[in-house]
Amino acid sequence: MSAVLPDEVVDSAAIASASTKRRSLWALAIRNPSVIFGSVILLIMVAIAILAPVLGTVDPTRIDPASRNKKPGTELTVRLEDGKTMKRVALMGTDSLGRDVYSRVLYGTRVSLIVGVSVAIVAVSLGLVIGLVSGYIRWLDGFIMRIMDGLMAIPGILLAIALVSIWRSGLTTVIFAIAVPDTPRVVRLVRSIVLSVREEPYVEGAISVGTPTWLVMFRHILPNTIAPLIVQATFTAAAAILSEAILSFLGIGIPPETPSWGNIMAEGRTLFRVFPHNILYPGIFIALTVLAINIMGDGLRDTLDPKMSKKV
Amino acid sequence: MLDFIARRLVAIIPVLAVVALFVFFMLRLTPGDPAAVIAGDNATSDQIADIREKLGLNLPIWQQFGIWLGNMLQGNFGESFFFKKTVSELIAQRLEPTLALSVCTLILAVSTAVPLGVVAAYRQGSILDRVVMGFSVLGFSVPSFVIGYCLIYVFAIELGWLPVQGYTRIGVDFGAFVERMILPSVTLGIIYVALIARITRASVLEVLNEDYIRTARAKGLSNRVVLMRHALRNAAVPILTVIGVGIALLIGGAVVTESVFGLPGLGRLTVEAVLSRDFPTIQAVILLFSVVYVLINLLIDICYTIFDPRIRY
Repeated sequence: MSAVLPDEVVDSAAIASASTKRRSLWALAIRNPSVIFGSVILLIMVAIAILAPVLGTVDPTRIDPASRNKKPGTELTVRLEDGKTMKRVALMGTDSLGRDVYSRVLYGTRVSLIVGVSVAIVAVSLGLVIGLVSGYIRWLDGFIMRIMDGLMAIPGILLAIALVSIWRSGLTTVIFAIAVPDTPRVVRLVRSIVLSVREEPYVEGAISVGTPTWLVMFRHILPNTIAPLIVQATFTAAAAILSEAILSFLGIGIPPETPSWGNIMAEGRTLFRVFPHNILYPGIFIALTVLAINIMGDGLRDTLDPKMSKKV
Repeated sequence: MLDFIARRLVAIIPVLAVVALFVFFMLRLTPGDPAAVIAGDNATSDQIADIREKLGLNLPIWQQFGIWLGNMLQGNFGESFFFKKTVSELIAQRLEPTLALSVCTLILAVSTAVPLGVVAAYRQGSILDRVVMGFSVLGFSVPSFVIGYCLIYVFAIELGWLPVQGYTRIGVDFGAFVERMILPSVTLGIIYVALIARITRASVLEVLNEDYIRTARAKGLSNRVVLMRHALRNAAVPILTVIGVGIALLIGGAVVTESVFGLPGLGRLTVEAVLSRDFPTIQAVILLFSVVYVLINLLIDICYTIFDPRIRY
C-alpha cells in the first residue's frame, strides 16, 4: 500500500502543471488567425450539413426525368406528392437523372464531414493504441514497426482501393479503407513521442514506485501525445475528404445514389463538356472544406506543436 | 558504400515481405472460393478446377504462399480472366502511358517547385513568398480531378489549344504525344509542386541562417551562386526525401489523372480491375507499384551520399 501514496502525490502535481500549460496553449491556439479563419469556414460547412433539409433543398435522391440536364438557374416545375405542382429554381442545375445538384451538394456536405471526422477518429485511435504499445513494450516494437513499414510501402490510395475491393462497398468500408493507410503515420508519430517521453524522470519515478505498465502508459505518456495528435487528426481529416471524393469519383466508393461530392462529380463526368456545373460546384465545396481544415491544421500546429512546425 | 547499399537492400526485404503477405491474403480475405474469385463471373467449373490445381489451393496455406511467391518472383502474375490475357502482358501493354506521365510530371514538378521554394525562402515574407505558400496550401486542398477538368475546360474546350483526352504512343507521333501529355502532367504535378515547394522553402530557410552562407556572401559571391551552390545543395536532403515520399502521391494521382484524361495506363487498369473484381490484376498492380515505390526510395537514400558527402553510412 505504501507504494500507492507517493505515486499519487507525484502524479497529481504533474497533471496539475501539465494541464495549466495545456490550457494556455489552447488559449493561444484559439487566438491564432489561421485557426479562426479555418474554423469559421468549417462551422459554416457543419451548419450547412445540419440544416440541409431547411435550406430550400428537395430530396437529393429524387429522380425527375422531365428536368434532366438543366443549366444552373433554370426554373423547373416540380410535381409534389399530392399532385400539385410548384415552381422552383435549380440554383446549380440538375444532373442527367434530373436530380437537383444544389440539394445533392448540400446533403453531400454531411457525407464528406462524416467521412473526414470518422477517418480521423479511427486512424488516430488505432494509431494511438498501436503506437503506445510499440513504443513502450520493447519486444513487440520490431514486429509492429515492420508491419507498419510494409503498409506504408503501399501507396495510400492504392491500399484503400485494394481494401474497398475486398470488402463490400459502403460508407463504413470507405471509412476503414481510407483510415488503414493513414494509421502507420499516426503509429510512427505516437511511437516517437513515447520513445522520448519514457526516458523522462517522472516516468522513471512512476515506474520505480511500482505503477502498473498500463497506468504509466495512459496517465503519464498518453497526455504528451494529445497536442501532436490533434494536429495530425486535422490533416488526416482533410486528406480523408479528398480520398473519399477520389474513390467515389472512380466509381469504387460510396454507392452512387448517395449524395456525396465525389458521386456528384462521377455522375457529371460523361456530360462534362456541356454541363460543367456538375463538377464545378461540388469541386468548390470540397476545395473550400479541405482548405479550411488544412489552414486550421497549420494554425494548430504552429501553436500547439512548435517543434513540428519548424520541420515543415 | 557497397556495404551500405547491401545493408539497405537487406532492410527492404521485410517491408516487401509484409506487402507480399498483404497482397496474398487479400484474396483469401474475400468471401468465397479464391479460385472462383480469380476466375471471375463467367468461368466454367473446369477453369475453376484448373486454377485450384495451379495455385495448389488444397495444400496448407503456407505452401500456397510459397507457390504464389515463387510465381510472382518469376514474373508470372497469373491470368486475367476478365481481360483474357496473362497479367504480365496486360501490364506490359499499359506501362508506357503511366511511365510517360510519371516522368513528365516528375520533371515538370521538380523544375518548377525547387526554384519556387528557393525564391520564396530568399524573399521570406514578401508577396511572392505568400503567393507560393498560399498556392501550396491550395494545391493540397483541391482534388486533382477537379483541377484536371478545369484545365480541360479552359485549354481544350474554350481555347481549343490542346486535345481534350486520349493518348498517342511516343513512337507513333512525338508531337501529338507531347500535346497530350501537357494537361495530365500539369494536373498531376500540382499537388507534387505544392509539396516540394513547401519543403524546399523550409529547408532553404533553415540553411540561410548558417555561418557559411554569411561567409559566401562576405566574399562577394552573387546571390545566385550563394543560393544554388551553397544553400540549395545543403538543403537537398529533405527535398530529396520528400520527392521520394511524394512518389506515393504520384502513383495515387496517376490512377485519377489517367481516368480523367482517358490515358490507357496502369492506373486506369487498376480501376477497371477493381470494377470487374479481377483479382490477379489488382494483386499484380499493387505489388508492382509498391516495389517501384520502395526501390525509388532506396535509390534516393543512396543519392543522399552524393548530395551530402557528410552522410557516411
